Amino acid sequence: MARITLNGRPIETADGALMIDVAKEAGIHIPHYCYHPALGNPGNCRMCLVEVQGAPKLQPACRLKAVDGMVVRTDSPAVQAAQAGALELHLVNHPLDCPVCDQSGECGLQDYYMTIGRYKSGVAEDKRHMAKRKPIGPHVMLDQERCLWCTRCTRFLANVVKTAELGIFGRGHGQVVDLAPGKVLDNPYSGNVVDICPVGALTDRDFRYKVRAWYLESVDSVCPGCSRGCGVQVHTSTKRPWHNEGRRVARLKPRYNPEVNGHWICDEGRYSYKTLDQDRLGKVLRLRPAPAGLSAVGTELSWDAAWKEIAGRAGELMADKGAGGLAVIASGALSNEDWRSFKKLFVDSWKVVQFLFAPEPDQVGPEDSLLRRKEKVPNLKGGEALGFGTEFRSMSWDALARSIEAGRIWGLYVVDRDVAGVWGPAAAGLLGRLDFVVFQGPFKGGTGDLAHYRLPSTAYVEEEGSFTNFEGRLQRYAKALAPLGAALPDWEIFEGILARHRAGKGEAL
Amino acid sequence: MITVRTVERPPRDLAVQVFLLEVVKGLGVTYRHFFVNLWRHLLGLAGGRPAGSPPAAAWGGSPRGRASRPPSGRALAARGAVTVQYPEEPAVLGRRARTRHRLLKRPDGAPRCTSCLLCETVCPARCIRITAEDSPDPGIEKRARTFEIDMGLCVFCGHCVEACPVDAIRMDTGDMELPALHRREMIWDMKALMEDS
Repeated sequence: MARITLNGRPIETADGALMIDVAKEAGIHIPHYCYHPALGNPGNCRMCLVEVQGAPKLQPACRLKAVDGMVVRTDSPAVQAAQAGALELHLVNHPLDCPVCDQSGECGLQDYYMTIGRYKSGVAEDKRHMAKRKPIGPHVMLDQERCLWCTRCTRFLANVVKTAELGIFGRGHGQVVDLAPGKVLDNPYSGNVVDICPVGALTDRDFRYKVRAWYLESVDSVCPGCSRGCGVQVHTSTKRPWHNEGRRVARLKPRYNPEVNGHWICDEGRYSYKTLDQDRLGKVLRLRPAPAGLSAVGTELSWDAAWKEIAGRAGELMADKGAGGLAVIASGALSNEDWRSFKKLFVDSWKVVQFLFAPEPDQVGPEDSLLRRKEKVPNLKGGEALGFGTEFRSMSWDALARSIEAGRIWGLYVVDRDVAGVWGPAAAGLLGRLDFVVFQGPFKGGTGDLAHYRLPSTAYVEEEGSFTNFEGRLQRYAKALAPLGAALPDWEIFEGILARHRAGKGEAL
Repeated sequence: MITVRTVERPPRDLAVQVFLLEVVKGLGVTYRHFFVNLWRHLLGLAGGRPAGSPPAAAWGGSPRGRASRPPSGRALAARGAVTVQYPEEPAVLGRRARTRHRLLKRPDGAPRCTSCLLCETVCPARCIRITAEDSPDPGIEKRARTFEIDMGLCVFCGHCVEACPVDAIRMDTGDMELPALHRREMIWDMKALMEDS
């Protein structure tokens, strides 16, 4: 335990805690570029200097350990002069091209210049010119002129991803950040260097020039890309549709969650937003499935009518041929709320016994020891909690195809799963043999045209709910956008059918 | 420094409340203007001085071109006030009048705009719509792909001109006659906005 005095305030903290963290906890922001809680404290940016009573010189707060009796000031004239001086040196070669820089609006240089700089530069010499827009990988653009050599990116790549694509070369006036010889910044976590870069030296090629940072709105969410469930912020741009090429989600940023993902997310999850507005379903349709190669012809229905028809038709067929002939294809993309209503409808009410929800083969992908998990769906655990995976087993795609061929299946209810993607060209033939096919999902995919009923559901950014990640951690995600068209959350669709089904059987709701 | 000055309400005595006296006073002002102007116009006719207001062109102002200095207040007063018969006579614009925007060009004819979106951000009427792209010129980072101003929404406040860090937009065309038969035609694109530059 160390009792220190910070800006005149007595503070108790752990012995040896870093002063920059202590101050942050006490609500005092100490300017810094190079320090990052997950990447260490090289102390090279000299922005975090503080005054310690009894010390002959100012000390960098990111390397200063709290000791009992320490008296520290972060706001004395000497500190402010030192910070302004450090900032002036940082800006000696900085191009100050804020108007065209993507970092503008969320830039450490801009912020600190406005709060502590505000000087007229005493540097009369010309600025050094270096590579201005150098693509260094599929996702990242490098501007060497804007760099402050804080080394956050090189430390991240060397210590966290352990691929070390970037390095600082040369010294003094000739110092540049650049790719190591023969390397390309192409690893599954490359997008994180954009987040940690305190200036506009590393920008996102994907986000480049799409929206200015100040137009974005942010909502806390959970990445549905795999069963890790990383915390993300969904940054949306909806008020000016001409920005961002009309897409509503502009980018995903990692949301710090020490229990799950720390400060990082993988590129797979980061760039998953791009397809959110593509190929979407917006209408409730009764379809006449078309012969192969043609798109289906549909009649638009109200939700009420569709629910009634589906409940009625499924009820007839179940009475006629038995519930054993109905198979339900779902996935771990359902939220906990969806799984609950899913079970109420299919297990408790319709007594369905044939389920397919295992992620293989279309919902698995590469995994690694940092964040990425093999199952590319967020909520298999949530289904497991309700018995899907323990009490109810998932059948395989092959077994399902064989059952359909053998005529043991008369109906299929597909929840957000691309059947045509798994079965390929055979899907049309297999689904064509069935009396009753419902497709429910946010995206049309190849299956949307093959169903008798096509129901639009919301994407995860358009609903609120919760996922349970592979460790069993329950995480809530918030609604960032309004649903497209008539789309409803999956659980609401299940409940709608369930209510009509019960009403049809004369049961109380 | 903003200070508050409390102005006392004039007392509403009987004379004010019956209005009659106030009506007479008001008529007095109207008649004074009428006779003063009549006198000046008559003087002008008799003395050879320009009677009434000459067309705006004589002041060097023109509706399309940039307006030159308008006559000073005293000269105008001595002439006697008249109504400009707009639109038969061209309107008179001050030298700093904010009129329809134009986008300036670089020496090679490319738009000067770097698509920083500061004008779009500052615009209170939200009439500016810009999208950006990479410039093919390696010395230029970013440029506007599209730049539209909806003249039907613009309030001609001039904030965009103030905000522009590269002097790419000005409101000095002298053009303030922007009617169109359709709302869509009120939207000026980059090509149209660069025509006067």
